[in-house]
Amino acid sequence: MKRGVSAFNVVAVALGLAFLYLPIVILVIFSFNGSRLVTIWGGWSLAWYRELLRDDAVLQAAWISLCVAALSATGATVLGTLAAIALTRLGRFRGRLLFSSMVYAPLVMPEVITGLSLLLLFVAINVDRGFWTIVIGHTTLTMCFVTVIVQSRLFSFDRSLEEAAMDLGCPPFRTFLTITLPLIAPAIAAGWMLAFSLSLDDLVIASFTTGPGATTLPIRIYSEARLGVKPEINALCTIMIAIVAVITVVSSLMVKRGAARRERATLGAQV
Amino acid sequence: MSARPENRSWSGRAIVLAPYLWLVVFFLAPFVIVFKISLSQTALAQPPYLPLFDFAAGWEGFKLFVAQLSADSFRLLSSDALYLFSYLKSLEVAAVSTAILLAVGYPIAYGMARAPRAWQPLLVMAVVLPFWTSFLIRVYAWINILQRDGLLNDVLMRLHLVDAPAVWLSSDTAIYIGVVYSYLPFMVLPLYAVLEKMDESLLEAAADLGCPRWKAFWLVTVPLSLPGVAAGALLCFIPIVGEFVIPDLLGGSETLMIGQTLWTEFFSNRDWPVASAIAVSLLGLLLVPILFYERLQQRSLEGGRR
Repeated sequence: MKRGVSAFNVVAVALGLAFLYLPIVILVIFSFNGSRLVTIWGGWSLAWYRELLRDDAVLQAAWISLCVAALSATGATVLGTLAAIALTRLGRFRGRLLFSSMVYAPLVMPEVITGLSLLLLFVAINVDRGFWTIVIGHTTLTMCFVTVIVQSRLFSFDRSLEEAAMDLGCPPFRTFLTITLPLIAPAIAAGWMLAFSLSLDDLVIASFTTGPGATTLPIRIYSEARLGVKPEINALCTIMIAIVAVITVVSSLMVKRGAARRERATLGAQV
Repeated sequence: MSARPENRSWSGRAIVLAPYLWLVVFFLAPFVIVFKISLSQTALAQPPYLPLFDFAAGWEGFKLFVAQLSADSFRLLSSDALYLFSYLKSLEVAAVSTAILLAVGYPIAYGMARAPRAWQPLLVMAVVLPFWTSFLIRVYAWINILQRDGLLNDVLMRLHLVDAPAVWLSSDTAIYIGVVYSYLPFMVLPLYAVLEKMDESLLEAAADLGCPRWKAFWLVTVPLSLPGVAAGALLCFIPIVGEFVIPDLLGGSETLMIGQTLWTEFFSNRDWPVASAIAVSLLGLLLVPILFYERLQQRSLEGGRR
């Protein structure tokens, strides 16, 4: 029996995707609306984008957000990859249970708790809050996502490649650099990009850990959004959506290419 | 999994050490501090709580410090109905929206798993893409639609379904719409992951033995997808309980969710001990689901290894 695609399945998926995309599409369209009111269409216009480019506070916040995201994603990728290797390759070690609980907990931990506790730590050790405290907060928040992505890749690829290298006398560290690292590179890249976009998006932890002079873009958007819809914010959101869409497509292509290359490598090893 | 002897060496330790130390300092230690401050009292000082621990005073200082700790913040939490309502509201919103998410997400995940193989990666990406787009932006997008002179009222009035603009924003309905919208990918993906792996021949066997399709669905598909249901439900329920952005931007001001209460206590009232006490009790409430989720996560990751 070949199960075909029933009408119900098609409708469910189509409605689901429509629900996911409609609000975003509406937001993008209205960022080009010449009128200030949402319900009145004032013709296509780039007025709000021009307004945005003149807004120094927004540009400043965008620059800070990009720097925070790049730095914290890099830190999270290094730490998260190390954690993934530790959890998949080291077997049992002392404190493993505590370690694995700490790695996975931030995935579901409500951000208000993480944010508040980080802030209280910074106060307790008397650190001035600002740019670097946000970077630390975002590194802590995002490293677990990197770990999960890299870990699933480490679990799924063919261990015999590593074993073959070591049987032939390759030292473990060189085996890691020449065999393991190239194989998990696409997952590491995908992890970095996810960490980057999560950091770019975070409002709660940034609000708790920020200090004078370090206003990120989400903090800015949030304070504007509380006052209601502004077309400039629609324009700003559209730009951010475009950036994230490009990053996502690129990273998924990278993972796919990596998978194809891996398959070829495995085939080659079998021949 | 067999541990390699060479991994027991210094290099193995060095690999664990960096992420381990980072998490202990920036994840575990902060909780200890939150716990400590939840037992402190508000003070008009900088930082705004007492007692402060004086390292220089040594053991005597420590005893004095312990003597000054108090459970006042927790007493306040349990005596003031405001906080109790806040907790109940959070649990209600989380439970109801998880149920809605399951009802909405299951057919979508099922449809995706039944779609032609070649389409599936594309569909997965279509579901993941909005998750990568800013959470804040996606919530904000709904304000465009739900506000008084927004699109929803405009459409409803043109269709003559309502005569006057209805109130959508600042209501529980808006919170539910926002939560279901934002968390849908978290529900669909784990469900899809189990449904996609399911062995089709089980359903064929059921059909061969004369079992009707809907009955086979209940007896075969649903029980086999339970790990995905549990993962999706926990992945949604736990963060929704502590949600701040969605109820703050879309919800009303009558009953606050616990995340909003914590935020207000901290930023508006500057009552750090009470905010910490809320965090501690919220964590206590979520500890069991979080531990359960971690075990599930661990098992699913290690189940994938060959």
